[in-house]
Amino acid sequence: MKLKQLEGLLGGLTQFPAPKVELEQYPTGPHIASRMLYTVSQCCTFDSDAFPALLREGRMLSFSSWDGFGMRCGGFVVIVSGIMELGAIATKCSFGSASTELLGYSLYVVIYIDRHVIGIDIDPQALELAQQNAADLELDIDLIWSGIKNLNLKVFQSIPSLLADRKIFGAGFHIDTVVMNPPFGTRKKGADMEFLSMGLKVASQAVYSLHKTSTREHIKKTALRDYNAIHAEVLCELRYDLPQTYKFHKKKEVDIAVDLWRFVPNARRSSS
Amino acid sequence: MRLLTHNMLASNVRGATTGYPLKLEAAKWVTKEVELNADFIRGLLPKIDWRALVAATRALGLPELLPEEQPPEEEIFAEGAAGVEGSAIRRIHHALLEIHVQEGSLVCPDTSRCFPIDKGIPNMMLHEDEV
Repeated sequence: MKLKQLEGLLGGLTQFPAPKVELEQYPTGPHIASRMLYTVSQCCTFDSDAFPALLREGRMLSFSSWDGFGMRCGGFVVIVSGIMELGAIATKCSFGSASTELLGYSLYVVIYIDRHVIGIDIDPQALELAQQNAADLELDIDLIWSGIKNLNLKVFQSIPSLLADRKIFGAGFHIDTVVMNPPFGTRKKGADMEFLSMGLKVASQAVYSLHKTSTREHIKKTALRDYNAIHAEVLCELRYDLPQTYKFHKKKEVDIAVDLWRFVPNARRSSS
Repeated sequence: MRLLTHNMLASNVRGATTGYPLKLEAAKWVTKEVELNADFIRGLLPKIDWRALVAATRALGLPELLPEEQPPEEEIFAEGAAGVEGSAIRRIHHALLEIHVQEGSLVCPDTSRCFPIDKGIPNMMLHEDEV
């Protein structure tokens, strides 16, 4: 899918009607979401050391029509926060478009396994909206109401057949990639880092995340030192076209300089 | 909520050791047909906790759908099996992807904490004192 098409598709979605300031919810507009996803989909192929091995084993899913996310066999892609889920699936191909303006920076995780999509949000209204949108688009996605810290998804570490695959899947993790647009931590200090920390915990291949350019040094240092990242690079700088969302916003629209990061987690860590 | 999602979900309430598998109590569920993708099932199967899946189907009152023990792979993916109505792969596909639990609850096996499922969405939110 071309960038323009992706942007168009994302632009056709309903925006989140009542953003909640305490969750730092803002719409992730089609401009930035499409660029983010597009860049990520361009990178993804290079993440996958496991790819040839899986091909050899003949266990590859039918991803031939597609070169973006989640190419790994039965791998999971987790997408946190916002419109990106739609894009991830749109890039993905035949499945067309998915939901949801679960938008906002509230926790929003999408776990994506081929056709199986799970959306997770802390905000029940966001979930309701997602459900409606999904129904409108005739998509089956499963939704879970949960916060980021309490999220407990089994990562299948105890299954013997997987232990042999551990080299492939890191420490038995089946979540490949996390793509997220976390809160910038403007209202709740440290919220951005909480998301990043979570992302690097669950992903085995890469985490793509948007952060304010002004925090670049801090992000890099913390990710490498405290969050088990072995690699952290800024892929590109984007302008976040933030519409006036809350009463305390004085300007009608502001552009915020943000970095699109790519982090590589240390997937060789031992499981616990 | 489909049973594939149920198969991955665990309770994180304070006092839970594994919190898995969550006991399913389904008051209402529907089925929606989805096209079978054998490769997808093949990739998924090693990640499925078979016993949890069987327990979930039994909780729905479908004791015949899946056998207690997981059938051998050769049998599931035997050539042509995907085209046979009632074959093992069709049943697994049905159990994982075509059943949607609409109303009911998920019960933590360790603490008996009940997580309600409302309009198909399980509510896994915890209170502050449960974390």
